[in-house]
Amino acid sequence: MDPLLLARIQFGANISFHILFPTISIALSWVLLFFKVRYNRTGDTKWMGAYRFWVKVFALTFALGVVSGVTMSFQFGTNWPGYMETVGNIAGPLLAYEVLTAFFLEAGFLGIMLFGSNRVSNRVHTLATFLVAFGTSMSAFWILALNSWMQTPVGFEMIDGKAHATDWLAILFNPSMPYRLTHMLLASGLTVSFLVAGLSAYRWLKGDRAPNVMAAMKTGIYLAAVLIPLQIIVGDQHGLNTLQHQPAKIAAIEGVWETERGAPLLLFALPDKETKSNQYAIGIPKLASLILKHDPNAEIQGLNEFGDKHPPVPPLFWGFRIMAGVGMLMLAVSWLTSWQLRRRGEPMQWLAKVLVAMTFSGWIATLAGWYVTEIGRQPYLVYGVLTTAQAASKVPAGMIATTLVAYLTLYVALITAYISVLFYLARKAKYTKYEKDDVPLPAAPTLALKEST
Amino acid sequence: MTPDLSTPAGWLPVAFMALMGLSMLAYVILDGYDLGVGILLRRASDADKDTMIASIGPFWDANETWLVLGIGILLVAFPFAHGIILTALYLPVTLMLFGLILRGVAFDFRVKARDHHKPWWNRAFYAGSLLATLAQGGMLGFYIVGFEWRWESGVFALFTALALASGYALLGATWLIMKTEGALQALAVGWARKSLWLAAAGVAAISVVTPMVSSDIYNKWFSLPNALLLAPIPLMTAALFVVIQRSLTHLPASHDRWCWVPFACTVGIFILAFHGLAYSLFPYLVVQRITVWQAASATESLMIMFVGICIVLPVIIGYTIFAYRVFWGKARALSYY
Ligand code: HDD
Ligand code: HEM
Ligand code: HEM
Repeated sequence: MDPLLLARIQFGANISFHILFPTISIALSWVLLFFKVRYNRTGDTKWMGAYRFWVKVFALTFALGVVSGVTMSFQFGTNWPGYMETVGNIAGPLLAYEVLTAFFLEAGFLGIMLFGSNRVSNRVHTLATFLVAFGTSMSAFWILALNSWMQTPVGFEMIDGKAHATDWLAILFNPSMPYRLTHMLLASGLTVSFLVAGLSAYRWLKGDRAPNVMAAMKTGIYLAAVLIPLQIIVGDQHGLNTLQHQPAKIAAIEGVWETERGAPLLLFALPDKETKSNQYAIGIPKLASLILKHDPNAEIQGLNEFGDKHPPVPPLFWGFRIMAGVGMLMLAVSWLTSWQLRRRGEPMQWLAKVLVAMTFSGWIATLAGWYVTEIGRQPYLVYGVLTTAQAASKVPAGMIATTLVAYLTLYVALITAYISVLFYLARKAKYTKYEKDDVPLPAAPTLALKEST
Repeated sequence: MTPDLSTPAGWLPVAFMALMGLSMLAYVILDGYDLGVGILLRRASDADKDTMIASIGPFWDANETWLVLGIGILLVAFPFAHGIILTALYLPVTLMLFGLILRGVAFDFRVKARDHHKPWWNRAFYAGSLLATLAQGGMLGFYIVGFEWRWESGVFALFTALALASGYALLGATWLIMKTEGALQALAVGWARKSLWLAAAGVAAISVVTPMVSSDIYNKWFSLPNALLLAPIPLMTAALFVVIQRSLTHLPASHDRWCWVPFACTVGIFILAFHGLAYSLFPYLVVQRITVWQAASATESLMIMFVGICIVLPVIIGYTIFAYRVFWGKARALSYY
């Protein structure tokens, strides 16, 4: 097989595996801080109970995020040596600042956050929790600044085929960065709110009526209900921004082959590369023009105007619909459940089951969104500056294929273990006293690693 | 061919090489004791396994971040060497990553998964630690010989892999002497005695073989006056081995006041060995092929990172020390509250 294609699949597989965990770590750390601060303020042990259950999920997630992240930091070199050679002067400092200001911060205080609560004062512990949360968000800031710069590169000049920075502020706050960062942080919040709501609903369905279960469920649902409309608005703005900078990507998302006025919003279609048209298209007339240009008769540029320099259409077309579809589902479910929680104090059985089914829905939307973004940048690696093929490494195809198979096997095993352990912890929670008073366990003379679950 | 060191284009690459070396050294020592404890894990009873892992639980993540920084500096400051090195080491790097992944996830899974899965995660912890260690040692060997794929280099790499494994085991065992008490501490003393001999043999052999595989390194060490000026490095290393050997015969002692001596001396050996290696290789990033100046990024990019590092690194070291002080003393049961 083509080594370039293999390298792309391998990089895509690794970063897809990685992003599953940061998406949870980023927002869950803030949710934990919320639980802790609520407990400090109210003294209500249900918040402590929620903290104690979710901190376990966090520890596990963080560990997976770290090990898959360490893998990522080698991937640039092993898979895309041409990347750093061409734009290293710009990517380098951003990555360096991420390590210095984000990774060390979160890793340095993680130990105190997880295991230090009976060794430091409550205040220092809350501060450590805050610093971990802050570190994860900083990390998202730096890496998304870099990723956005690759999508909308500005603030540099090319000298002898190498990018040299001319304006660091422009590079950091490049045109698509505010949209991308907000959209990703909201995605993280939504992923976590459905995770928290889903696992709590599962505990509740299993007959666990501890007050912390309902407290966590309400936190998840209300958070989701607030974030999802924001996400839809931000997503819309994000699309307008992309239309300005990467019109070919939007044409592919919307499935517009020929430039047309009053383009419809397609709900279903099978885009066909050969005939350069869609089959079985079902759409709402003029809606795409209305959404993208705020004018029902506005003109949308078609794919044919970009020659062969346009990204592959089906993954973008479908990726976008999956993401937006999950978003709409999230809206419906979170609002309906909020309404029920307000009226009856608990969700109906069937709705609780839907919540369980949606526990990991955030992952699906997030991955779909990233696929749209990243595949939509093809054939470029840095939009308009460097193509993916130019950056590829010279590692033989057989070697990449072998390691790819090994990575995939490991990842499938780890994701299975992760999901089943989460549900196992949820089932076991019923038999654990999470809400007993905030007394630290007596220092055990046996020195056993006692994680009383 | 050495550029003018008074200009930024001259000294910045050297400064970054020093920073990269320091973070790699920090990684080898810090994650070295983690990996060493992992390698020794198989020999302990189940209750002792818990204590051993409790002794490294709060630190391992921050320790591993030094690797990210080291590789990060290679990536961002020396992009050309980075591509060559990581392409050449593609397979061992992948093996190391598998090891680090297994070890890292086992930390959490072993206490959260079903009880009857725990032995499997313990095995994954051990196997991951060993795999990562051997891969790192092998990479060191191939790096020293400048990525020449001959059978001699294969043997040499196998050798450095085993030497590093015994070095890490020594670090891990002496760490446990410092962080545990009672029966486990006595066990750790036994482990330390055994790995001490292996590690000493490894250091000696590598010191003899390295000048033989490279005439350049030979000339650096064995011409006058270098030989005299450098003599303290091997002499101090030998002295530290003797101190460890002596102190191990007195341990475990009832007052336990000196329990940190073997660990501190082992760290000393790693520092000395590292300096010897750095002296042998400088100024090459890829032996005999690419120097630090040839591989460096643009000066303005290096400068903007250098400023950041000068500000942030002291802060990082500060809170790292704070974290170690919080978990000072003998390892206690780890609990989330
Ligand atoms: C939007 C967020 C995001 C994205 C797009 C990425 N990461 Fe990440 N990464 C994080 C958010 C994050 C985090 C939240 O900071 C992590 C994840 C979970 C965690 O525990 O820290 C992390 C961990 C993490 C670590 C381990 C840090 C440590 O030791 O604590 C490394 C080396 C990387 N990442 C590297 C990368 C690279 C090279 C990426 C791109 C190609 C990347 N990450 C994409
Ligand atoms: C975090 C979520 C991300 C996901 C799920 C993701 C997904 C993907 C996928 C699927 C590809 C392959 C695309 C193709 O070849 O058609 C890819 C490529 C790539 N991405 Fe990302 N990506 C993410 C973030 C990032 C970030 C933050 C960076 C860099 C700062 C990045 C840099 C790259 C590079 C260098 C390639 C390889 C070249 C290419 O194929 O375009 N990605 N990514
Ligand atoms: C329903 C309304 C939504 C709209 C209109 C929308 C819009 C968009 C657009 C246009 C992009 C592509 C940006 C580009 O590359 O140029 C995108 C990417 C993305 N979307 Fe959405 N989105 C929506 C919902 C969601 C939801 C519910 C999630 C996750 C929970 C999500 C997560 C993402 C992610 C992670 C990316 C890639 C990262 C980025 O470019 O920011 N989106 N979205």
